[in-house]
Amino acid sequence: MTKRFAGVTVLRNVDFSVRAGEVHALMGENGAGKSTLMKILGGVHRPSAGQVRFLGKPFQATDPGHVLHAGIALIHQEISLVPHLTVAENLLLGAEPIRRGFLLDRQAMATRARSLLSSLDDRIDPSARVERLSIAEQQVVEIARALRHENRILVMDEPTAALTERESARLFSLIHRLRSQGTGIVYITHRMAEIEQLADRVTVLRDGEVAGTLERTEIDRKRIVSLMVGRALIDQPDRIATRPRGARVLCARGVSDTRGRVRGVDLEVHAGEIVGLAGLMGAGRSEFARVIAGVDLRGEGTVEIEGRLCRFSSPSDAIRAGVAYLPEDRKTQGLFLHLGAGDNISFTLAGPTSRRGILRPRVLREHALQAVEEFSIRLTDLDQPTRLLSGGNQQKLLFARWLALNPRLLILDEPTRGVDIGAKQEIYRKIVEVAERGVAILLISSELPELLLLCDRIAVLHEGSLAGTLDRARSPLTQEAIMSLATGNSTFVS
Amino acid sequence: MTSLPSTRNVPTHPARQWLRAVGILPVLLAVIVLFALLTPKFLTADNAVNVARQASINLVLAAGMTFVILTRGIDLAAGSVLGVSAVIAVLLSLSPAWGFAAIPVSLLVGAALGAGTGAVVAFGGLPPFIVTLGTYTALRGAAYLLADGRTVINNDLGFAWIGNDYLGPIPWLVVIALAVVLLSGFILRKTVLGLHIYAVGGNPEAARLTGVNVGWTLVVVYALSGLFSALGGVMSASRLYSANGQVGTGYELDAIAAVILGGTSFAGGVGGIMGTLYGALIIAVLNNGLTLMNVSYFWQLVVKGLVIVIAVASDRLRTRHASD
Repeated sequence: MTKRFAGVTVLRNVDFSVRAGEVHALMGENGAGKSTLMKILGGVHRPSAGQVRFLGKPFQATDPGHVLHAGIALIHQEISLVPHLTVAENLLLGAEPIRRGFLLDRQAMATRARSLLSSLDDRIDPSARVERLSIAEQQVVEIARALRHENRILVMDEPTAALTERESARLFSLIHRLRSQGTGIVYITHRMAEIEQLADRVTVLRDGEVAGTLERTEIDRKRIVSLMVGRALIDQPDRIATRPRGARVLCARGVSDTRGRVRGVDLEVHAGEIVGLAGLMGAGRSEFARVIAGVDLRGEGTVEIEGRLCRFSSPSDAIRAGVAYLPEDRKTQGLFLHLGAGDNISFTLAGPTSRRGILRPRVLREHALQAVEEFSIRLTDLDQPTRLLSGGNQQKLLFARWLALNPRLLILDEPTRGVDIGAKQEIYRKIVEVAERGVAILLISSELPELLLLCDRIAVLHEGSLAGTLDRARSPLTQEAIMSLATGNSTFVS
Repeated sequence: MTSLPSTRNVPTHPARQWLRAVGILPVLLAVIVLFALLTPKFLTADNAVNVARQASINLVLAAGMTFVILTRGIDLAAGSVLGVSAVIAVLLSLSPAWGFAAIPVSLLVGAALGAGTGAVVAFGGLPPFIVTLGTYTALRGAAYLLADGRTVINNDLGFAWIGNDYLGPIPWLVVIALAVVLLSGFILRKTVLGLHIYAVGGNPEAARLTGVNVGWTLVVVYALSGLFSALGGVMSASRLYSANGQVGTGYELDAIAAVILGGTSFAGGVGGIMGTLYGALIIAVLNNGLTLMNVSYFWQLVVKGLVIVIAVASDRLRTRHASD
């Protein structure tokens, strides 16, 4: 199967099959062609050459409805729920139970919704509006919706990206159940642990081609990674040497937000230091960061940046004080998808470099080109629409944008979410490099290995409060110590 | 690779870039060719000047509207602001002591009304459609009140040259309209404000998190729309030597039509001033050509409406692939 876009071949002679009752994992760096393959299955794109066969017959998906009725369900990474409708309404959208020919059967709807949810997370209220749910809960709803049909094939694109451990575990047992019922599952992921747990076969895509397919018995981390990057992996150092600690940059005392999601958090970050912020989903990590970055208003407490007391009323105040915040969701909170990559990269410099409000295109272009080089962002040219870039490249682009401002404090909220291994390593290297330059870094991450790898200290939040801080200088950082604090068990660490 | 500011129209392939860049221009040319074939009176130098003059006021309003629509907004009050400013300009011109201030004051009033609207939209968090629906009604009333329900006339209007004199062969009205287009293009393409307008229109949340003062940007955008509407009022008053409460009624809809014809997206962040120029010219050519062919005004409305929908639909079809 081959797919070309605008003269660029994004998939080349890809053979891919799913058997009934197997989990076939699909891996590859961002931009390797996973999403395109998925879109061809889902009827969004047509292959330029080759064909799709389904149940032995040639199958050409015409539109998403057709695909669903054929028994193929796709769960996309992006959440596609209607925010103002309830969970139940979303779950049964387009398949609403009807009574007396045309009336909406609310009761049947609630019952069906509850049974769909029960296999994943029974704490979600079917009558709650979707906009009030956390991203993790929305993801659960998204998955539950795909399950309302009898599916022969289920395609999941990083379904656990936003899920908690508990929800992921439930999803896995659900996948096992579906597999034993004969559903063929295509599972796209970046997480090695999930592959080991779930996959019967693994296919690795690289630059639009199949780099290799491994059977269950052949699955091995190093082999997969080397297939993905096309070279043997440089062994990751399990920790990065600590840097000399500089002056105190951030000093937060008793910080609360206005909605009770953050309660009296004390935190310091010094120049050159990487401080992790850990906690379960909903523990208030992003909320704390948003208060520090002036995005949300502070309720109580004080924030000092480099010794100066700050009260930010908008993100631009914080930026002026030297605080850069790389938000959690790059598409909705970070990128200008309709602008070119160059405009996106040098966006924050447009104002500072301008002369009386008039842009200096050459200066901005120079900077953008330099950043593309420095962060190895893969582009065809600076005019390339940002929405056509892979997740890893988009993230590197945002990283470059913020560093252009020479921040004193850099807050990174899930900087490697949905990013492939290659880009991840580049981002890690960049984080360390920035810290070495004397920038204070606050790193929020749900991936514990990431925190363990990078951080000098890790502050753990539990239900909005600081449960404890772990210091590498005093004792080795471990996942167990973090998790025990995150789950509210503070006695584990002395 | 072209210079950075030109990156805001998202195409990649040269052919597509060209398609995007010309936008609705083929439709304009088609309409011109059509009328040239249908009536010999159409393609003359005199008539070309006529069309341009007829397009000028709408073009000025539409330029302001382009800014607003780029930020996902709408300014329904443009025609009403035009009415208020026209009446103020003529009233002041009648006063010996204040005659000199007629134009600056009416422009300032327009800009201030726009800025006020923008402030309510930006800081009150109200939808622009509702806010400007309110100001549309209230300011129309204000225009009638200022004119005391009559038509204010000044046969010795100090700024009548704007509406009736020429710079060489070109009417001043046309010169002003083109100057407004150039200024708008400059702001959108070459200034930080322009970049921020595209950013706020495309992704307001990202713009805020990236340090753009979203509220201020909106205030400036609506103030520009108010300013240009007031300029339209001055142009209208100067042409007619008079103004009344009714002047400019419905003009906002022609301005919106021109912007939409020009390919600026209601979803925000996509579009530009050249499209608006073509859009306003299409509307003016239609009005002029149909009149020359003695088509009744009622039929003119029907044709104009259909052309707007068909033109936009064909534009969508043509650019669908470019946005994939």
